[in-house]
Amino acid sequence: MRQHHDMGGLPAGPVDRREHDYALWEKRVDALMMLLSEPQRQLLRVDELRRNIEALPPDAYDSMSYYERWISAIAHTLLQRGVLTADELGRKLAEVEARGTAG
Amino acid sequence: MTEIHHLHPHRHPAVPDDDGPLGYYQALEVAVRELLVEKGIFSGDDVRRAIEAMDARTPAQGARIVARAWTNPAYKARLLADGTAAARELGIDTAATRLIAVENTRLLHNLVVCTLCSCYPRMVLGLPPDWYKSRAYRSRAVREPRGVLREFGTVLPEDVEVRVHDSTADMRYLVLPERPDGTEGWSEERLAGLVTRDSMIGVTRCRL
Amino acid sequence: MLSPRFGLGARVTVRRADPPGHLRTPWYIRGQSGEIERLCGAFANPEELAYNRPGLPAQPLYRVRFHQCEIWPDYSGPAQDTVEVEIFQHWLEPAP
Repeated sequence: MRQHHDMGGLPAGPVDRREHDYALWEKRVDALMMLLSEPQRQLLRVDELRRNIEALPPDAYDSMSYYERWISAIAHTLLQRGVLTADELGRKLAEVEARGTAG
Repeated sequence: MTEIHHLHPHRHPAVPDDDGPLGYYQALEVAVRELLVEKGIFSGDDVRRAIEAMDARTPAQGARIVARAWTNPAYKARLLADGTAAARELGIDTAATRLIAVENTRLLHNLVVCTLCSCYPRMVLGLPPDWYKSRAYRSRAVREPRGVLREFGTVLPEDVEVRVHDSTADMRYLVLPERPDGTEGWSEERLAGLVTRDSMIGVTRCRL
Repeated sequence: MLSPRFGLGARVTVRRADPPGHLRTPWYIRGQSGEIERLCGAFANPEELAYNRPGLPAQPLYRVRFHQCEIWPDYSGPAQDTVEVEIFQHWLEPAP
């Protein structure tokens, strides 16, 4: 079965050529991926990141922005690797949301 | 808080995140980052340095390579034989991926896409434009490249071969555009100013 | 690393496999035939790396050139248009 992300050759509309400047939080997501995959850490492989992006349900894959998909996949990889637990992520998320800033 | 945030919270993450309510995924980024810093996996300074390195990678890097190849036939030969080594000659490190330079000629036009994700020669072009990552580009570039090129204003004669490069694995592609006529005698620096990001992806040509 | 099985210019067919998992062989190219443009070297198998396994021995990786009009029966461009895809050796067989 063709997977949802594997879209080469499918019909699609015109290319929307508008661009945006990357926000700081998007660059931070990118930085997390680079740091985690550096040889001295190797806590994430780019193919693990891709696998977790590909595992998103099709509607989520299509509606999430690029770096939303990335941070979701980074979090899943770190859970799979045992680097983070769901419990500590849940508590930290609540703390961040209560604080309301990127700090 | 900008109006974009109200309209499409998920599609336009361009708004600064430091002065408005965080979306779920922005909060997730903060949470993951802070936990990793607390665990000593990296520091906040490491993150800042990584972003500085990211900001330093721009299409100007690729343009330097192209301008050197246009003015120095021996360098061009080395670039086409081994893009990774030729980039390194100019102080550009391609990290874990390999760089392949593909040359446009009067009879050949190269176009780069990644249909499976969005692989992009970041070390020479910086972060990719939004459209490179879009469903429309990834789906169509490989099946109707001439139609996509037309949308970018690039119309190619029928006797030109269009060659699409689907970056599926460990190679990254840099298009070496044709040097525009009328630039004879130009310095490398002046030529580099002509070389656009899009011409190095292959969706446009370099023009005077 | 595994030794390369195909030489420059060899005619190859991409296997028409459909396993689950993380695959770097696009759907549109499976079952298609083309020719080896170059050997890129050998790299750990991404299908294994995706599960944090070493993916060794390294798999030879090729760039394979295909003719667009053979891949897409309704291709609207001229006959000389091509597409090149990086494909790992275990996805390739000699073309019949």
